[in-house]
Amino acid sequence: MRYYTEQDEWIEVEGETATVGITDYAQGQLGDIVFVELPEPGRVVERGKEAAVVESVKTAADVYAPVSGTVTEVNAALADNPALVNESAEGEGWFFRLTLADPAELEGLMDKAAYEAFLGTR
Amino acid sequence: MGAQASTGPAAEGVGARGEWGGGDGSGGAAAGTIAKAALATLPLDALHRRLGARMVPFAGHAMPLHYAKGVIAEHLWTRAHAGLFDVSHMGQLTISGQGAAAWLERLCPGDILGLRPGRMRYSLLLAEDGGILDDLMVTNAGDHLALVVNGATRASDLAYMGARLAPGLELRHLADLALLALQGPEAATALGRLGIAAAPGGVPVEALKFMEAGAFTWRGTPLWVSRSGYTGEDGFEISVPAEAAEALAEALLAMPEVKPVGLGARDSLRLEAGLPLYGHDLSPETEPVEAGLAFAISKRRKVEGGFPGAERILKALLDGPARRRVGLKPEGRQPVREGATIHAGDAAVGVVTSGGYGPSVGGPIAMGYVAAAHAADGTALEIEVRGRRLPARVVPLPFWQKSYAR
Repeated sequence: MRYYTEQDEWIEVEGETATVGITDYAQGQLGDIVFVELPEPGRVVERGKEAAVVESVKTAADVYAPVSGTVTEVNAALADNPALVNESAEGEGWFFRLTLADPAELEGLMDKAAYEAFLGTR
Repeated sequence: MGAQASTGPAAEGVGARGEWGGGDGSGGAAAGTIAKAALATLPLDALHRRLGARMVPFAGHAMPLHYAKGVIAEHLWTRAHAGLFDVSHMGQLTISGQGAAAWLERLCPGDILGLRPGRMRYSLLLAEDGGILDDLMVTNAGDHLALVVNGATRASDLAYMGARLAPGLELRHLADLALLALQGPEAATALGRLGIAAAPGGVPVEALKFMEAGAFTWRGTPLWVSRSGYTGEDGFEISVPAEAAEALAEALLAMPEVKPVGLGARDSLRLEAGLPLYGHDLSPETEPVEAGLAFAISKRRKVEGGFPGAERILKALLDGPARRRVGLKPEGRQPVREGATIHAGDAAVGVVTSGGYGPSVGGPIAMGYVAAAHAADGTALEIEVRGRRLPARVVPLPFWQKSYAR
């Protein structure tokens, strides 16, 4: 099941683990992405707090953890090819994986239809 | 995601809500909504929107940040072919009357008296203490001087010069003109094919040399064209009446060599070319010598003085300034941005004033001011980003070799 935040992150949940990235809308707003700073595996991230940084040619933006958890893996491909986020934000351009601290936190997030409606209000 | 630092024009909405900060912007990030309400539209506004531009507030105007292909593609296109930039936010001023050049020399350190008709020069508008109020282009346009000043400083420049204007001189802001820049190695080919007619006795437009300018006509419309720019490439700047700007831009965009290029690539191009941006790399707190702009103080003026802050500036020339604007090349891929502090061991020795990604360089590049003792080419320094120190080196400017038609 895939969820979305109002800060334009997505989180794909499979049981106790989840994959996090930024949405296609977000990559389009940022433009050409030239650097991604990812958390160290083992780091504990908190819902709504900075977990990664994404930098385009002109700007740096924080990426927030959609839910709390412990980082288990990062997308190593982004180190050499950050433009992967532009090409495939919601697929191969994922940022990190984590184990969920509290699955109940997912309840506050949007599904795809709700996120698309939310984008329409911007 | 949320906003962080941004230098230069930034995307709105997701990520940063920044505009160009400092002197060349319409305020800080928080001013976004307020600035938007008061934004002026430029003559090519409708064309930019038709071309799919992302419009952002800049210097009080709605300006194109980039078009559909994005900053990197536009940057690389300009280096290989020709990019068309709308720079109509810049202030186009004239000074006319007997003694205009001598009067301007009282405010600028350049040799304006020695400027021959049809020649232009980069110069600086100086405050009483020698601080830089603006950087500008001055052209001897025959019966008057033509100035191009920064958009965000246009009003303050007019006030400063107006308050000091000598009797018999007239200072005008030509608000009914647009300004287009056509930049890149194929700019001359494209412009030469447009059917621009030289004024009687003038050379064809593509025969202008770097830093020359002249009057032309295109389909009956008067143009003022100079061979100059802000990208490190050969190119032209074309002053055109606002009502003809869209037709001219469309005619240029119909050429196979030409694509529209926004402010984002304008910034990355000028950064690679080592050119300072007013409000970021230059300010009233910087004087010309530490800014690396001693070349703008003409030989005669170094001897004679007679410009604002001459004592301080000539002393900096003689003794060397306490700090210098330098190029900075961070190791690795992580960009450093404006405001990042520069360190040598435990000592803070400077600050980044422009930084980002150089598409032609293929990595992060920056410029900033560092203490003179640490300003030599090759000096290893560290730049602090988000609490971490990144290794960087002082490197000669420009990052990208210029190719001007001299």
